[in-house]
Amino acid sequence: MPTTAPHALSDVTASDGTLRRFLHGLPGVDAVGLEARAASLGTRSIKTTAKAYAIDLAISMVDLTTLEGADTPGKVRALGAKAVRPDPTDRTTPATAAVCVYPDMVATAKEAVAGSTVKVASVATAFPAGRAPIAVKLADVREAVAAGADEIDMVIDRGAFLAGHYLKVYDEITAVKEACGTSARLKVIFETGELSTYDNIRRASWLGMLAGADFIKTSTGKVAVNATPANTLLMLEAVRDFRAQTGVQVGVKPAGGIRTSKDAIKFLVLVNETAGEDWLDNHWFRFGASSLLNDLLMQRQKLATGRYSGPDYVTVD
Amino acid sequence: MEKRTSAFEYAPAPESRAIVDIAPSYGLFIDGEFTEAADGKVFKTVSPSTEEVLAEVAEAGEADVDRAVKAARKAFEKWSALPGAERAKYLFRIARIIQERSRELAVLETLDNGKPIRETRDADLPLVAAHFFYYAGWADKLDHAGYGADPRPLGVAGQVIPWNFPLLMLAWKIAPALATGNTVVLKPAETTPLSALFFADVCRQAGLPKGVVNIITGDGRAGAALIAHPDVNKVAFTGSTAVGKEIARTVAGTRKKLTLELGGKGANIVFDDAPIDQAVEGIVNGIFFNQGQVCCAGSRLLVQESIHDELLDSLKRRLTTLRLGDPLDKNTDIGAINSAEQLARITALADLGEAEGAERWSPACDLPESGYWFAPTLFTNVTQAHTVARDEIFGPVLSVLTFRTPDEAVAKANNTPYGLSAGIWTEKGSRILAVANKLRAGVVWSNTFNKFDPTSPFGGYKESGFGREGGRHGLEAYLDV
Repeated sequence: MPTTAPHALSDVTASDGTLRRFLHGLPGVDAVGLEARAASLGTRSIKTTAKAYAIDLAISMVDLTTLEGADTPGKVRALGAKAVRPDPTDRTTPATAAVCVYPDMVATAKEAVAGSTVKVASVATAFPAGRAPIAVKLADVREAVAAGADEIDMVIDRGAFLAGHYLKVYDEITAVKEACGTSARLKVIFETGELSTYDNIRRASWLGMLAGADFIKTSTGKVAVNATPANTLLMLEAVRDFRAQTGVQVGVKPAGGIRTSKDAIKFLVLVNETAGEDWLDNHWFRFGASSLLNDLLMQRQKLATGRYSGPDYVTVD
Repeated sequence: MEKRTSAFEYAPAPESRAIVDIAPSYGLFIDGEFTEAADGKVFKTVSPSTEEVLAEVAEAGEADVDRAVKAARKAFEKWSALPGAERAKYLFRIARIIQERSRELAVLETLDNGKPIRETRDADLPLVAAHFFYYAGWADKLDHAGYGADPRPLGVAGQVIPWNFPLLMLAWKIAPALATGNTVVLKPAETTPLSALFFADVCRQAGLPKGVVNIITGDGRAGAALIAHPDVNKVAFTGSTAVGKEIARTVAGTRKKLTLELGGKGANIVFDDAPIDQAVEGIVNGIFFNQGQVCCAGSRLLVQESIHDELLDSLKRRLTTLRLGDPLDKNTDIGAINSAEQLARITALADLGEAEGAERWSPACDLPESGYWFAPTLFTNVTQAHTVARDEIFGPVLSVLTFRTPDEAVAKANNTPYGLSAGIWTEKGSRILAVANKLRAGVVWSNTFNKFDPTSPFGGYKESGFGREGGRHGLEAYLDV
């Protein structure tokens, strides 16, 4: 994965001016049309074998997340165990993609998932506000990587973005990417709810990808508006177009507010029909969620047994 | 988890047809009763997606048409004398029954017409109910419609509708006619008579007085007899331009009032600053909605040269995700062509496009073995001189042309014998207004396509017909003003 902008687009990051002209030259987004398309894909009916496949796929894409001030090592260990073995009553249940924790919990999480396919992701860079000096953010990232994080989820400086200082945002992402080194993949969080327009979300997507993001991610889950079908559809269009133009594939991670299997399946339909099946695995698509997993497990049990169980038949946390 | 080698395959999710009870045979609906045709003739209606015979339907002859018109004439006296608020009650009741039975009607329409359940369920039926609600609202406010105090109904309306939106076209015709105090004799198309016959049942359920709505089924001969009947005061027709011209000749010199809603060859103009992804959706919706069997379809795509390649790449990629197949499956985007005859017409015109040198493209697509199917098709390198850019194909076939300047776009868009619809795609609001004012088309959509609403008038210029349906304007065609 190249750490700098692909050659064909390298000159757009020559200055703030060239970058602004490039980002503002991207095709506009018609909000009504975008939301209508997202809604119409939401009416696809996924049943039986397709549903069973979708549920397992969704489970395998979950970044099981705990991002609370009250997190304890015990809680993180429990989360790790659940990520490795989401349903102890049915060992055919796939593991989740990753556990996502604060940097100081990376080492604990790493131990908890040792020997499994589950990755450890860490929200570094002064999550969730991102309001810290760049040196602090980079130190945050380096600590997490040193503790064994496989993935870094960074937040962009929304203030700089909204002020039009695109090059500043770009430089920060490239610096973080460098700090990730070769061992950690970088997810760039835009906090789409704070970017306020769809045009801005498309620009942020391209900015992130130009700067070397391995994943683009909607939000922190800490604000009022998080992942929506429409903003995820828009980001899927961006990664699709970016690959068409540069050959570089970037992943997408909607985060926050996806709580039910039905919702998750709608997102998978968006992936399937927008970016395509190349994105239909957990290397390229993730769900940032904590409560989603239990609903997926209950739906999975329902498909297996024909009956709904209930919250006491899946593990808490 | 192990990666599946195939794509995310949606399992079939067909809507149950058990909800519709189709009788083996249907009569004509005259004076509130179902009756056989006087000479006992019948014809069959088939499901275009399977070629299965759905039912036998009575074929009306001249004597039947005469009976229906007489019934409507008799009912007119009482119906037109009712206060508007009373007529409104019946219309509201019909609208509510349609809502209650919408799932049944959606499945029926899909079976008889071949269009996807996604469209009948999400577009047709809600609009059908909306039209009845909308005109129910006008029934007691005709004094305030802008046509003077106490405008009078015309009498008996003879209405002939096409097979592409059987129930919706019925609603467009019957709702304003009844709201204004007219009575009707309606003839649905011979390939899609069932939903109109179910509507007859809805009228009975609503307690509508006998004779106010009469439904006669049959082919063009029944339609011709209806239109020529001396006791019909108003003729409303939606269908092909050729038949429309014939009707205009028949009606000429009589005192009958006439509205025609005919063919089209709508231009969908995409400027280089358009929201590309949404424009692609709009293009798809413009030409592949109802398999392109839409008179206002955006069948000519005019693309600014600078974005031609990029847009075509996006469009082709999008077409590969269209799902063609069982129309009752909720995941189906493209259903069957309505009849073998229509399929032959589309096939012939598409072949002609190829023979004339346009470049033909379709996504890889398996067509079912039985039924009438046509893969979504694009023609590029098309010029104004190609037949596929001039003739209405009425199928899922899009002709792509290019332009360099807004003036050229307008000139090309208007260079057609038709004038029903057009679309403009640009992020620049001033350009939308400037271009829309120059387009000779009855409906101009901006940054959207194929959107219908009962409050919005619809109709054409030039060979696309005259008169307006929908909105306040739609009342005029049924009033003596």
